[in-house]
Amino acid sequence: MENVTQHLPEIAKAIAIGVGAIGPGIGIGMIGSKAMEAIGRNPEASGKVFVPMLIACAFAEAIAIYALVIAFSIK
Amino acid sequence: MSTQINNNQIENENLEINETNLIQEEVLQEGSQEVSHEATLYAEPIAHIGNFQITNALFTSWIVVVLIIIIACIIKFKIKMIPKKFQSFFEFMLEGAMDLADQVTGDKKITAKVFPLAFSIFIFVLINNWIGLLPLGGFGIIEVGEHGKAFIPFIRSGTADINTTLALGLMSVFASNIFGIVSIGAWKMFNKYVNVKAFGDMIKKVRKEPTILISTPIMFFVGILELIGEFAKIASLSFRLFGNVFAGEVLLMSMSAIVAYILPLPFMALEIFVGVIQAFIFALLTLVYFTIAAQDHDEHEEHEEHSTEKLAEAH
Repeated sequence: MENVTQHLPEIAKAIAIGVGAIGPGIGIGMIGSKAMEAIGRNPEASGKVFVPMLIACAFAEAIAIYALVIAFSIK
Repeated sequence: MSTQINNNQIENENLEINETNLIQEEVLQEGSQEVSHEATLYAEPIAHIGNFQITNALFTSWIVVVLIIIIACIIKFKIKMIPKKFQSFFEFMLEGAMDLADQVTGDKKITAKVFPLAFSIFIFVLINNWIGLLPLGGFGIIEVGEHGKAFIPFIRSGTADINTTLALGLMSVFASNIFGIVSIGAWKMFNKYVNVKAFGDMIKKVRKEPTILISTPIMFFVGILELIGEFAKIASLSFRLFGNVFAGEVLLMSMSAIVAYILPLPFMALEIFVGVIQAFIFALLTLVYFTIAAQDHDEHEEHEEHSTEKLAEAH
């Protein structure tokens, strides 16, 4: 029992980043797939799609970063 | 139990050393004492000036700054009307970057003001990301710490240290706010965060449309949310860059611990790519923040008012 309580913070860290990364992962996947779809429909617009796609990815990724911050701050 | 785990960790670290740094291995054999090295979350000090610690990340970012200054001077003194290969390459790069920046800001004036800063950040972060990938990890000092001897490399990408990225993030967010104050005025910028003006409007317009009584507190609350958002911007900017670069270093290290040859290669390529993308995203987000700060919330209303005034004048 003592061992389990000793390693609780590590488990908490793993859960924080593991669960926190699911949402952004799905989000970034959706952004990517939609961008691909848009480029497939209109290949000339690839330059215009790319930058907003990256910005959207960055905002989605920010959620994962909050989870990372929490994971780091658990002691 | 815990001591066993610690022993295992130390053994793993030694494995890593044996396979990643051949030079170090020699040192190990000569010294015939165990030298541990692990990828620490924080940058390690390599020298002291008085109380001031010089960490390896700081040292590396100085090298990067010197490198950038040298390159900039070379380009500056060799500049010609008819560009040769070297100059035309940089001109091509700048032109492409300018076009991209125009796409983001949507205004040439803003681009002209913000582009130098954003591009400097891009170059600094990019070279910092890449310098950590160079096979210079074997150079370093061996220091006697709490857990016996420890190897400390001289080179660690500056962006793999939270202090550097935090400084960059703070700078870019503060600069964007200052840019907002310069371009739309301090009062309007203040009202973006602490919306005093909305209450003034409420008193003025409450007779015409009573629903404003409900919408004004919401607008005030949104302003406070934006204030919190500024801090979230700093956190997300700095942690994104730090997380990506540091995770890359750890990934490379663990991959070369599994198999020293060939296996790390694709990950190396991935890290080169990630380095570019992260530098690009940092610069891009800086541009976006500047653009948002320069935008006026009430612009649309004022624009409509102006147009109605013009119509009235025309009539």
